[in-house]
Amino acid sequence: MNIYVVMKRTFDTEEKVEINDGVIDEEGAEFVINPYDEYAIEEAIVLKETHGGEVTVVTVGDEEAEKELRTALAMGADKAVLLDTEDLDGEMDHYTISEMLGAYFQDKAYDIILGGNVAVDDGAGQTAPRLAEKLGINQLTTITKLDIEGTTATIERDIEGDQEIVEAELPLLVTCQQGLNEPRYPSLPGIMKAKKKPLDTLDLDDLDLDEDDLEAKTKTVDRFLPPEKEAGKKLEGEPAEQVEELVNLLRNEAKVI
Amino acid sequence: MDFQYTEEQRMIRDMVRDFAEAEIAPKAEEVDQSGRFPEETFAQMGPLGILGLPISEEYGGAGADTISYALAVEEIGKACGGTGLSYAASVSLGAGPLDSFGTKAQKEEYLVPIVKGEALGSFGLTEPNAGSDAGGTKTTATLQGDRYVINGEKCWITNATYAKAVIITAVSGKKANGDNKISAFIVPTDAEGFKITRPYDKMGVRASDTTELVLTDVEVPEENILGDPDKGFGQFLHTLDGGRISIGALALGIAEGAYQKALAYAHERKQFGAPIGKFQAIQFKLADMAMEIDLARTMVHKAAWLKDQKKRFKKEAAFAKLYASEMSTRVCNQALQIHGGSGYMREYGIERMLRDTKLMEIGEGTSEIQRMVISREIGCP
Repeated sequence: MNIYVVMKRTFDTEEKVEINDGVIDEEGAEFVINPYDEYAIEEAIVLKETHGGEVTVVTVGDEEAEKELRTALAMGADKAVLLDTEDLDGEMDHYTISEMLGAYFQDKAYDIILGGNVAVDDGAGQTAPRLAEKLGINQLTTITKLDIEGTTATIERDIEGDQEIVEAELPLLVTCQQGLNEPRYPSLPGIMKAKKKPLDTLDLDDLDLDEDDLEAKTKTVDRFLPPEKEAGKKLEGEPAEQVEELVNLLRNEAKVI
Repeated sequence: MDFQYTEEQRMIRDMVRDFAEAEIAPKAEEVDQSGRFPEETFAQMGPLGILGLPISEEYGGAGADTISYALAVEEIGKACGGTGLSYAASVSLGAGPLDSFGTKAQKEEYLVPIVKGEALGSFGLTEPNAGSDAGGTKTTATLQGDRYVINGEKCWITNATYAKAVIITAVSGKKANGDNKISAFIVPTDAEGFKITRPYDKMGVRASDTTELVLTDVEVPEENILGDPDKGFGQFLHTLDGGRISIGALALGIAEGAYQKALAYAHERKQFGAPIGKFQAIQFKLADMAMEIDLARTMVHKAAWLKDQKKRFKKEAAFAKLYASEMSTRVCNQALQIHGGSGYMREYGIERMLRDTKLMEIGEGTSEIQRMVISREIGCP
């Protein structure tokens, strides 16, 4: 089985994120594999363990992303590919990224492509569905269970607090949701082997793309952190008095009732 | 000179950090209070390759370098000092000498299970009347036919309850100059006459298994001698030098954990209308802590680097162990002070770190012994 994962390097949203003049301070940020993409990598490795084949992890970014690709190789992926954005000067958005991925996949034979449901940095969830559209293949998002028999995939999806069971034919693109699996730690021998596994870098020429074809469709106007939470208010007195005060505040201060 | 971690070193640190934060830290308090050895943690570490981190690939290890190993010990120590001590002892003192001096058959029999996480590594040197003064060793090994008969007592031996075999030092004869000849023997823990008990109630590192060994006419085949029978003494010294790097790394981890907690607390705790971290009295403590931790890390990594380069590292290992352990006691003490009354309470975990780290100034050669080693190395008369 030819298994591909599209992966994004993101800053760790569990660590402190600083924004200066609308730009995220990369110096102080910690970078990780997008957690939803970790589910995709894990599932890809499980598929390989069950059905045989090869797992290739693809990302779009600069050479810094090699770190996250190596981590994916250490987890058990076989090959990694970096689609290098070094030649791109302008802003990039989901259109840019999915166009580059589309160009890469054009001449590839794939049975399944896995990605994360969303990236934790911008939370858009656009790149993978755009890629499936571009390739003209089936796509299912936010999956929580995946079984493949022959060329048919049986999939459970999260839908607004409920589950939906869907069958789809390969080739197929899926995006992975929390609950699909528990990503493994890369093992020590896996880490040591990772550096011997192939990691290819392709630039725009290799992909037969021109910078003008990749111009972003959107423009980021500003970025800012959510306002700091103000301290709460503690009500005092007997329970009955507190209830009265609460109702009063909800009505007159918060104006919600 | 390059202060950057290699890609492997960084990946190993990140993996062990993730593992330690998710699997070890949540039970640090419980294993400290109960004194329970977290067997299940070690069962998880085996398949991940953490227990064979610096061991050769031929025997199932990952073949990683000493710097990676120091990073791993630091991360585990940051989560739980007791777990870190058992880990460092298993790798440095148990698996290390087998890897360096064992025969192929000994490695297959005793090293592979340690790497896989089926058994822990354990090293029995200290006795009621001998420790760093290994010359005072009273345990004896007498060759009778093709078997050695071992008699003696060992105290404060880490991991023996969970070991398949303990490497035991014993007097095996006399050297030409009349001094005792000390050799190392691989003694299976199920050998007849080998009694292992846990009679101790420790101040800290309570999760680690600390045992007393009594050997009464324990017989081992002649081939269980580890390494060169005549150079046994030099071998333990080498083993202890390596072990010191790991104790330095462990102290570093505990200090880093305490410092991070103190820094976070300095943001949260408000007095006189401001977070206490706004006050210079607290800021300067934190500044000193951060500086000392980084200095210790640099020394630990330098000693590890020298070992990896196959250069002499005895003095630097003593520097690393001595400075990191004393630094960690200072840092944990100041971290507790910053926490004030909260720090004195168990739930904040700081008092545990202070209790845990005190051992770093004692185990694998006290601070005084490190100063002796350094004095000798710098050529004092």
